[in-house]
Amino acid sequence: MYRTIVALILMILPQGVLAQEIKLPQGLSGLSTMPAATTLGEDDGLPFDLSGFIESRIGTRLQNDPYEKQTSIGETRLQIGIEKDFSNLTANLVTDFIYDPVQDNYALNLQTGQGFVDIREANLVFSPFSFMDVKIGRQILTWGTGDLLFINDLFPKDWNSFFVGRDNDYLKAPSDAIKTAFFFGDYNLDIVYTPRFNADRFIDGTRISFFDRARGHLSGRNNPVFAARPDKWFRDDEVALRFYRSFGAYETALYYYNGFWKSPAGQNRTTGQAIFPKLQVFGASVRGPLYRGIASAEVGYYKSAAGAATNPLVRNDEFRFLAGYEQEIAPQFTASVQYYLERKLDYRQYLASLPAAAIVDSRNRHVFTLRLRKLLMNQDMTVGLFNFYSPTDRDGYLRLNISYKITDNLKISAGGNIFYGTRIFSFFGQLKNNSNIFTALHYDF
Amino acid sequence: MNHKIKLLLLLSFLWTVPAVAQAQGVKNPAPLTAMDIVKKANHMSYYQGKDGRATVGMRIIDSQGRTRIRQFVILRKDEGKTDGEQKFYVYFTRPADVKKMVFMVIKHIGRDDDRWLYLPALDLVKRIAASDQRTSFVGSNFFYEDVSGRDINADSHKIVSQNKNYYVIENKPKDPNSVEFASYKSWIHKATFLPLKVEYYDAKGKVLRRYAALKVAMVAGYPTVISSVMENLQTGGKTLMSYSEVKYNIGLPDNIFTERYLRKVPRKYLR
Repeated sequence: MYRTIVALILMILPQGVLAQEIKLPQGLSGLSTMPAATTLGEDDGLPFDLSGFIESRIGTRLQNDPYEKQTSIGETRLQIGIEKDFSNLTANLVTDFIYDPVQDNYALNLQTGQGFVDIREANLVFSPFSFMDVKIGRQILTWGTGDLLFINDLFPKDWNSFFVGRDNDYLKAPSDAIKTAFFFGDYNLDIVYTPRFNADRFIDGTRISFFDRARGHLSGRNNPVFAARPDKWFRDDEVALRFYRSFGAYETALYYYNGFWKSPAGQNRTTGQAIFPKLQVFGASVRGPLYRGIASAEVGYYKSAAGAATNPLVRNDEFRFLAGYEQEIAPQFTASVQYYLERKLDYRQYLASLPAAAIVDSRNRHVFTLRLRKLLMNQDMTVGLFNFYSPTDRDGYLRLNISYKITDNLKISAGGNIFYGTRIFSFFGQLKNNSNIFTALHYDF
Repeated sequence: MNHKIKLLLLLSFLWTVPAVAQAQGVKNPAPLTAMDIVKKANHMSYYQGKDGRATVGMRIIDSQGRTRIRQFVILRKDEGKTDGEQKFYVYFTRPADVKKMVFMVIKHIGRDDDRWLYLPALDLVKRIAASDQRTSFVGSNFFYEDVSGRDINADSHKIVSQNKNYYVIENKPKDPNSVEFASYKSWIHKATFLPLKVEYYDAKGKVLRRYAALKVAMVAGYPTVISSVMENLQTGGKTLMSYSEVKYNIGLPDNIFTERYLRKVPRKYLR
């Protein structure tokens, strides 16, 4: 029958010139059933899934910083990730073991990530109903549309890691939370409950020097910030909600947050200690294709603690806005731009409440970002640049990165974190003494 | 040979026949045009079954013999009955630095695909700008378009020759500035309509890239290329691609291709 069909076809078709003979692929004459699996994957015989890496990373400041060590980073890090699937449950444990002579502090603090062990993930994932997923325990959480700028993502960040040149993954600090996700057809709702406030791993002087407005000068490791961290279980808690759905290719979301400013944003009037005032955020975002790329926009209304408008020691209410666009502008070459606004609300009251000789922030802080990323050599090499520039602060921050994969597992990389600005107290300008370059050797398994 | 195996082989052979007969449309005796053949080849390459899953291995070998490995599980689901919109879920397992990352594509006809990347270490769902379809897929010698299919209306097609086994079709881009080649030829198997070989030429007729199907097997009645190679004759690099654990019509629910399953891997369907 097979032959009959072929003959039939030959009869129907006008006879062309006989094509040059090519070799038929194996298995085509008298098609056979699929041979046994020929997977490349290794089954290492472990009762769980193991992954991780080991890396060494070293970096130096490009200038003398009277308040910090010359070495900006010098650490060896071993990450062990274990994942175990049970019938209706997945358990994850991702732990970093760190040897860090720069920090030189091995006392364990799992909240701040200080010490020789940092647990990144320790959670259980399960679906109690078909419309519901739950993740409980230590986890990394991200949402929103910004690229290295965040409005409605109020999960903890690790700014120290970001500025000293650790891998990008480390910008996200873990949360100890319960995430419950509901899926009702087109409408979805995420509820993240953090029973005890998880602050940012903020700039406190131990690694990165900064301008201390209370003291009126630069400050560093000899005088680190001891902030009054809200730490009462179930009272100093955080709730973050995201309600989202897609309209065709466009993704929209509404957000709500009730908790605290994630980095210190105020001072105790009597003790002068840095504090995390109460914060509520109401926001929205949209993301989707535009022209030849992806466009996004996000807004947020930051409602600070009661009385913030007239209290110079507590950060004001703010309106925040972000718009971004990304496009591939040449093969394997992507560019993206963002515009970001932080606008102080109640600005007149803010001005009126400031003490004489205090630093006066402008009403609006505008920031533009540019990201360029090029892949080379069969995508084994990546060259990247990210620049923040604020015309209102007249300052900025340039991140450079180049990496090359020597093998599938071994990667060498180098980069720089360059801060610039004209004023010692501005957002990025205050970090000028921390400009650094680094290099790393990284082995994945 | 064991009788059972013989019987199996015979059965599998018999199964191919209805599929082949259907594909060739023997009920309609009108001669096949170049476009008919290209349509069938497109169907056989990218649209067999309503959905499917496969473990894909890639061995990327550069001109100096250095080898890189990629491995991922791919889930595919077709939208509608005509060969049009498709959804892909790609779960990476190798190399270690991309393990557990997910790449999701909704392929549209006539407009840019929608793409997402999920980075588990950041719990980040990233929307990716549509890229030139003729750039490398995951660093291999296969282009995005080779993996997900090229719009059959983007080229004009002509039967240039044939023999008992295959047709040779010459394809010329309607918009020559949109692609790196001047033309390409495809050798399409008459019985299965699988492309056996494809060669891309520059304006002088020099071969730029060459695809060859190396091994074909019957999977649930669908003739499937389970081993193939793409060579870049300019750089001297090549990529061997193998399919294993191929399944068709597994009943993939539509919601697999949503943010929910980017963040929470659908293990049941990846196994």
